[in-house]
Amino acid sequence: MSKRKPYVRSMDGWWKKNPYYVEYMIHEGTALFVAAYAITLLVGLVRLGQGEAAWNGWLEALKSPLSLVCHVAFLVAIAYHAFTWFKLFPLTMPPIMVGGKRLEPGVVVGSGWTAAIVAALALLGLVWRIAA
Amino acid sequence: MSESQKVIEIEVLRYLPESDAAPHSEIYKVPFSDDMSVLQGAQYIKDNLDGSLTFRWSCRMAICGSCGMMINGIPKLSCETFLRDYYPNRISIEALANFPIEKDLVTDLSGFIEKLEAIQPYIIPKEPRTLEQGEYLQTPEQFNAYIQFTSCINCTLCYAACPQVGLNPDFIGPAAIALAHRYNMDSRDGGTAQRMELLASEDGVYNCSAVGYCSEVCPKHVDPGNAVNINKIEAAKDYFLRFLSPKGGSK
Repeated sequence: MSKRKPYVRSMDGWWKKNPYYVEYMIHEGTALFVAAYAITLLVGLVRLGQGEAAWNGWLEALKSPLSLVCHVAFLVAIAYHAFTWFKLFPLTMPPIMVGGKRLEPGVVVGSGWTAAIVAALALLGLVWRIAA
Repeated sequence: MSESQKVIEIEVLRYLPESDAAPHSEIYKVPFSDDMSVLQGAQYIKDNLDGSLTFRWSCRMAICGSCGMMINGIPKLSCETFLRDYYPNRISIEALANFPIEKDLVTDLSGFIEKLEAIQPYIIPKEPRTLEQGEYLQTPEQFNAYIQFTSCINCTLCYAACPQVGLNPDFIGPAAIALAHRYNMDSRDGGTAQRMELLASEDGVYNCSAVGYCSEVCPKHVDPGNAVNINKIEAAKDYFLRFLSPKGGSK
């Protein structure tokens, strides 16, 4: 008779066992803030559809201290989420070949950041001009 | 043994299937010199302190991939990890995570072997060639497309690093997917469609949540995480492009 009795270890609390996993859970967790901000904007859209009074009410609600605190939290969490998301580019993207050589991970991440910052500034500039 | 001999404590997670219901820790005091690896520490225990300690090893130079273990909770090859880097602290060693423990530091690899077989790790020729037609030719560019993924030594550190493997033992996992990718990327191979069926299945690439730790711990810089993630894109392309160009036979 076989004396084999393979022991399977529990996965309970696996993410606390290694700093790498803790960081992973934090960057995945910040996605909830991205969702919360998206919902905030969607509520604005719904209120806009309900007429001027509803829209102005939503604008007023955004000015409340609670809303301001929430938006600072959104900004910090979303910035961190973006940072870790860009950091994953070399892992998640197919290799980019330039002149027969594979692009270095740092260049890939840097290009992502550059594109994001240029797009954000262009959008900001556009909104600024419309507002003016 | 000189008086200045340094002694390090090694805490080993022991599991004796014949007598233990669950693993337990034992601490051994091991005299060591600066050139001694963690593997040599384990060998010292087996030779001098407790002959029943069981672990796998062979080449002692990071080529065979047998001696992987959790060293202070991190999957590493014990032959290229040195005791001096942990002294004077205690060092803990344990069988590679996410695998069933067979005995002490030995894991049950049968699931991993099945996964390796399942991805058909050999060239399935695009077109059969006769001897008269000569060898297959490959440009350096075609060679570079897959060479990185041939470096895998099946040490399974990436499986021990992957929480998704622990949570779903049926997940094909990083090393086997990297090997599938190695053959899919080979210009001589025509077996991609067969392998993609498995990679795109419920046990396939979409189990991966891009933790990325597999590539971090890989001692051969295979970057298995990249192979897995590239194949998420490939599987998605297969799914959507079939509407444009039906190949037939898809399940």
